[in-house]
Amino acid sequence: MSGVLSAAIVAETFTFPKIDYGALAPILIVGAAAVIGVLVEAFAPRGARRPTQLILVFGSLIAAFVAVVVHAGVRQLDGAGSVALDGPGWVLQGAILLISIVGAMLMAERQVDPAGDAFAARASTLPGSEDERQFSSRGFLQTEIWPLMLFAVTGMLIFPIANDLLLLFVALEVMSLPLYLLVGMARRRRLLSQEAALKYFILGSFSSAFFLFGSALLYGYSGSIKFGKIAEAISGNPGQNMLILVGVGMVAVGLLFKIGAAPFHQWTPDVYQGAPTPVTAFMAAAVKVAAFGAILRVFYVIFGGLRWDWQPMLWVIAILTMLVGAIVSVTQTDVKRMLAYSSIAQAGFILLGVIAANPAGLRGAIFYLVAYAFTTLGTFAVVTLVRDSTGEATHLSKWAGLAKTSPVTATVFAIFLLSLAGIPLTSGFIGKFAVFTAAIEAGAMPLVIVALFASLIAAFVYGRVIVLMFFADPPADPPAVVVPSAFTTLAVAISVAVTVVLGVIPQPFLTLLEQAGVFIR
Amino acid sequence: MTSSMLNLSTSIPWLSILGAVPLVGSVVVLLLPRARETMAKQVALGFSLVTLVLTVVLALGFDAESSAPFQFAEKYEWISSLGISYSVGVDGIGLVLVALATVLVPIVMLSGWNDVAPGTTGRGTVKGYFALMLALETCMVGVFAATDVFLFYVFFEVMLIPTFFLIGRYGGAQRAYASVKFLIYSLVGGLLMLAALIGLYVVSANVLGQGTFDFMQLVGIDIDPGTEKLLFLGFFIAFAIKAPLWPFHTWLPDAAREATPATSILLIGVLDKVGTFGMIRYLLPIFPSASQWFAPLVIALAVIGIIYGALVALGQTDMRRLFAYSSMSHFGFIALGIFVFTSQGMSGSVFYMLAHGLATAALFGVGGFLMSRRGGSSLISDYGGVAKVAPILGGFFLFAALSALALPALAPFVGEFLVLLGTFERYVVIAVIATIGIVLSAAYALRLYQKTMTGPVAPGIDGMKDLGGREFTSLFPVLALTIVLGVIPGVALNVINPAVDRTLTTVGLSDPQPGLTGTEGGQP
Repeated sequence: MSGVLSAAIVAETFTFPKIDYGALAPILIVGAAAVIGVLVEAFAPRGARRPTQLILVFGSLIAAFVAVVVHAGVRQLDGAGSVALDGPGWVLQGAILLISIVGAMLMAERQVDPAGDAFAARASTLPGSEDERQFSSRGFLQTEIWPLMLFAVTGMLIFPIANDLLLLFVALEVMSLPLYLLVGMARRRRLLSQEAALKYFILGSFSSAFFLFGSALLYGYSGSIKFGKIAEAISGNPGQNMLILVGVGMVAVGLLFKIGAAPFHQWTPDVYQGAPTPVTAFMAAAVKVAAFGAILRVFYVIFGGLRWDWQPMLWVIAILTMLVGAIVSVTQTDVKRMLAYSSIAQAGFILLGVIAANPAGLRGAIFYLVAYAFTTLGTFAVVTLVRDSTGEATHLSKWAGLAKTSPVTATVFAIFLLSLAGIPLTSGFIGKFAVFTAAIEAGAMPLVIVALFASLIAAFVYGRVIVLMFFADPPADPPAVVVPSAFTTLAVAISVAVTVVLGVIPQPFLTLLEQAGVFIR
Repeated sequence: MTSSMLNLSTSIPWLSILGAVPLVGSVVVLLLPRARETMAKQVALGFSLVTLVLTVVLALGFDAESSAPFQFAEKYEWISSLGISYSVGVDGIGLVLVALATVLVPIVMLSGWNDVAPGTTGRGTVKGYFALMLALETCMVGVFAATDVFLFYVFFEVMLIPTFFLIGRYGGAQRAYASVKFLIYSLVGGLLMLAALIGLYVVSANVLGQGTFDFMQLVGIDIDPGTEKLLFLGFFIAFAIKAPLWPFHTWLPDAAREATPATSILLIGVLDKVGTFGMIRYLLPIFPSASQWFAPLVIALAVIGIIYGALVALGQTDMRRLFAYSSMSHFGFIALGIFVFTSQGMSGSVFYMLAHGLATAALFGVGGFLMSRRGGSSLISDYGGVAKVAPILGGFFLFAALSALALPALAPFVGEFLVLLGTFERYVVIAVIATIGIVLSAAYALRLYQKTMTGPVAPGIDGMKDLGGREFTSLFPVLALTIVLGVIPGVALNVINPAVDRTLTTVGLSDPQPGLTGTEGGQP
């Protein structure tokens, strides 16, 4: 009797979810390309791997972008409500794909380092060993980076549209695991790189555990992992509850870790410094967009009703993040570490858009993310070009007088720094302006004052680098600015173009964001 | 009805063209090959002269009696999501300052012709120097012509970049320090202003239903008194740093000492005027009651600046620092004239901005020529008896010193006199104290002249060459304009007065007693 009953319940409740595969095409294309990439590694002859992989990577990323454009009008919950296809989601996916294309260009660069690309010839060899020397001297390339990168992009594409906690967690891991590997694969200073990878992996796993625990608590509270259901449960039960508050906090920890918000930022400088610079560029730009996309969705959709409870927490985190990032960057002498701390400060500024919790904040945060991502790609691309005999000359003292030896490189880097500093007519300024406006509209004036103070400190840091490049004399053994292949040149050109165009004529992109609207449930 | 001397077509975007010419020139100069230095200079000078001619055309086409608040107005949508438009236009005040900028640029190009010659301290390229000046000219035209507060802010901030590079790449030994100090001070001001700007936008969104940065819409909007005071402070501190008023002035002497004389002229002569211009254009009309509430404070700062600047100038051993402190004292007068809220005071301030720009060009111009003959030293003790060896240089130096102390019949006198007159109408005591500043200015200016130009010829001065043709050409227009404006100030005041009256009307104040001024256009 009971068996019949339960069978009836199962038959009644289990309906196969309707899935719009067309609208999920961007994810499927990139994911499939990643799988094919693995097969290429297994079966293609060594010489054919790099060209095949490059075709696969750029082809799939561009195809996925086209798919995003084609489906951008779709507004629906898909996959039984576990995926939300909405305007902000499409914009974020499109941005992630464009950023990945530019990032892939940097990773494909083979001309700046005489020994090959930026990655170890064979990551499994011991640093300093005879094996390593032999693999390097034979010009081997570690082409597994390409499927790894595509897997990471797949995760990133799911991240901002995931509409249930479990899918969000899967996306988080699909995004993170390949990145842990990529971070450890630098060709030069390999021990530093491997240390960074291990650090990132351990801390990342830890934060994933937090996220999962938080998800469990939210499930315990609401009986569902779907964002919409949890939000309903919250609005249906006014009043505080430990389960939900601790759950919100722990989910937030997991996500804030990924954007490098203080006090979960400690991994950032080490990882940014140790990772191969093209990977740093890709990570700094794309992970930030994906993770902020998820944060925005989680805080707007699930926790919108709990605003008064989480806003104080985010206030503290935003203030800490901005100040720690800005103040500590003053003391940095390594350009990659300096940019790492500056990325922390920038994350703090973007958090203002989350805290504002209004449509203007959402638009401002996405604008800021895209502006910041391309500027960051550009800065790290320039870093790969300034080299001496030991590889990239990342110590800031080596950058002195760069404008004398290579005025164009110095000017391009200065444009990126001005954008990071938020000087008008650059994309960074419009981003800051949009986010600050949203925050003031939401009544967060004190937060904006702190943000302006942090901007000032950060501007001082960037100004000092400009002074160094333009007003100081070159060191005794100045680094050379190498001439890159078309890959990096194009990547830098795109970054400069986006930085300037979004700064001078931001209206088309703002219009796009307005049309995108807000998150759906 | 029109009283302009030239009828200009309204379908041509005059101000945009005026701003674009130097920018195009800047790009052209940058694209020239590095080795063609003379050509770069000539092309740059050519572009600045074209800009000057355009300004003259605009000035002739300006209708001083027009009832429109802004002439040559243009408006295009820019960032409509945030209520931002590209809109420009000039009133009398804006026109006078645009003219000042475009007159001074060719002059400083001539006077700085050889600033980046081999063997000087400058380290950047020649074409870079001239391209930066032209880029700065675009920003200066833009900042005075903007009628959208956001656009004004954009020019206000972007202006920093060419100035920063002009000081940092082409200055003296401590140039990096001076340029960073300048940058930080300016950024502090800029960020405070940004906060106030966003605040103003949010207020306008609440009051008007949709946020805007359009100046005309922002004038007279109803702001909560507490908020108004905060917003006022945000703008005021930015302007006070730019102007600079005591106690926000400490960047100025360093910048003036390290920058080339040409940069200093643009910096003190024009850029610093943006601060006082901003007070008249934005603070008073948009925050009228906060302006009156803070007026005693501003007047106090201004008077302290007048006296403090003059006293410190007396004690300087370095000529360029002396010029900087003397300017600071004069900026006190300009701010004073604005915040006494009388038509004479404000007209005097605007006129003084113009006159002070010319006086600065004279001082730094002739001072620069003098220093270039003595290995770039600006120590007063290195000079003596110069007038005997180089009489023309000495003569110009005397003229520069006299215009700094505001000798009657020279332009600065008219400005100072009107400011004091306007002040006297409301605050007798303040006017008396400020007059002490004039006495002190006579003391430091004449002391400087006496120490450097008269007396026994100092070692290293004998055989000093007198002014050459280029140097004379760069100083003569300044001299001529200073005298012309000193003798017939009505030329400029007729244009300034209507704009001043309109500003005072928006503040809701009229003169305490009618008709002390002899010039037309005073409020009845």
